Amino acid sequence: MKTLLELDGVAARYGPVQALHDVSLVVREGEVVAVLGANGAGKTTTLRAISGTVSRSGAIELDGKQIRGGPEAAAKAGIAHVPEGRGTFVDLTVTENLKLGAYVRRDRSVKADIQRVAEYFPWMTERGGQRAGTLSGGEQQMLALGRALMSRPRLLLLDEPSLGLAPMIVREFFRIVRRLNEDEGLTVLVVEQDARVALNASERAYVLEVGRVALTGASAELRDDESVRRSYLGY
Amino acid sequence: MLAASFTDFMQQVVSGLASGGVYALLALALVIIHRSTGVINFAQGEMATLSTYIAWALVAHHAWGYWPAFVATLAISFVGGVGIHRVVIRPVERGSVLRIVIVTIGLLVAINGFVVWQWSGEPQQLQSPFGTDVYNVGGVVVAAHDIGTIVVALGIVALLWGLFQFTKVGLALRAVAVNPEEARLVGVRVSWMLALGWGLAALLGAVAGMLTAPTVGLDPNMMAAVLIYAFASAILGGIDSPIGAVVGGLLIGVLLNMLSFLSQYDMFGWFTEELRLPMALLVILVVLLVRPQGIFGRPEVKRV
Repeated sequence: MKTLLELDGVAARYGPVQALHDVSLVVREGEVVAVLGANGAGKTTTLRAISGTVSRSGAIELDGKQIRGGPEAAAKAGIAHVPEGRGTFVDLTVTENLKLGAYVRRDRSVKADIQRVAEYFPWMTERGGQRAGTLSGGEQQMLALGRALMSRPRLLLLDEPSLGLAPMIVREFFRIVRRLNEDEGLTVLVVEQDARVALNASERAYVLEVGRVALTGASAELRDDESVRRSYLGY
Repeated sequence: MLAASFTDFMQQVVSGLASGGVYALLALALVIIHRSTGVINFAQGEMATLSTYIAWALVAHHAWGYWPAFVATLAISFVGGVGIHRVVIRPVERGSVLRIVIVTIGLLVAINGFVVWQWSGEPQQLQSPFGTDVYNVGGVVVAAHDIGTIVVALGIVALLWGLFQFTKVGLALRAVAVNPEEARLVGVRVSWMLALGWGLAALLGAVAGMLTAPTVGLDPNMMAAVLIYAFASAILGGIDSPIGAVVGGLLIGVLLNMLSFLSQYDMFGWFTEELRLPMALLVILVVLLVRPQGIFGRPEVKRV
């Protein structure tokens, strides 16, 4: 499989605080890859480095091309970033949120795409006029995912989608992510605190420890290795 | 007696709606900037005065017709507003809100000084494009300029609403107001959207100024009181609510005219025109104390 995203020796900092020291990872086209690790290991920062919302150094290439500039440039290059904590525009309606997802696109098939996205989330059709802020937590997370799909991303970045959601909703969310991956070949890089969920949904995983890659391997193997589970994943 | 007082009342309501339309435009300008930048633009009134002088100069010195001058002034003001954001506001935007506020106050003084330097402080006349006709509608005397003002103000508001509601750029402008970080992630160039907001605010101010000048006369401090009324309107309607700005403007216009209505009666003789400014400040104070979010605002919820 072709390499879609490659990070080589990426470091990132928030002011004086160095959050990433040396992260290298690869995501191939059509893969679901998980990034795991404890709080403060640099999971979220890794995603932010990719989408350009944190100042970073090192090589980040999408499809062999170095990514430069802020999040606007990343969005244009085909990266859809669903940030932690329900990335929706709360004062705007469901439909408006979806339309904004297609902001960087110049073609005219946005309406058709709203219907395509609604096939995965049927409730969005009837509730298109509802304000996003009045949706439940799970629905907002689904909407954030739907909005990301509207950009027809080459790479989807998911940051802690399970945060604050009931286990049933989390399973439903990842079921949809898997379906998107299988049906449409969507490439996904997902950051998760809940290692069990993420390992079940992904093919490969990286484990971060204080801003470095500590461990990497096939998700199934990491899941079945008890010592890995105990020392790195805490379950 | 009662019938007479009713026509007097209606008289004041109609002319109150006309001045209220102007307040609404300026209040809307304040709201647009507050929603996206989080500050009150204290230079909003002076920006409007400058625009009005430009329109006046085109008409008086360059023999332009009123409407061509009107349209040209809108274009110049829009570009000027964008320019002000790019050159003066953007460099201080990342700091504390206080810095931007101080810059807008500096802008107020600078523009005022520029206007006096360029055109002197002498009052000037800008003719009303609607003429000086008055109509008698069932005893209520209505000036053509008042009707024109209401129509133009509401027309501009409707156009702007359409822009915000039905266009891609309008959606992006609203998205930036709700959540700028998120807007960048979907690819919106936030900084340009803020500049666009300043451009629209300058354009609204220009309309307000051009509609005000024919009745009060054009001078460098023409918009000072109007800006206070616009503050009152925006705060009454809700400082982040465009619809609130419009409703608030019309309400304030009518409310202040009630002073003129009441002053005709011996019993309320002490209600005079001079109380307009104190009354506006009273409205600001009462709203901030009783319902800080205004009529249409949602109470602020702090996210933890």
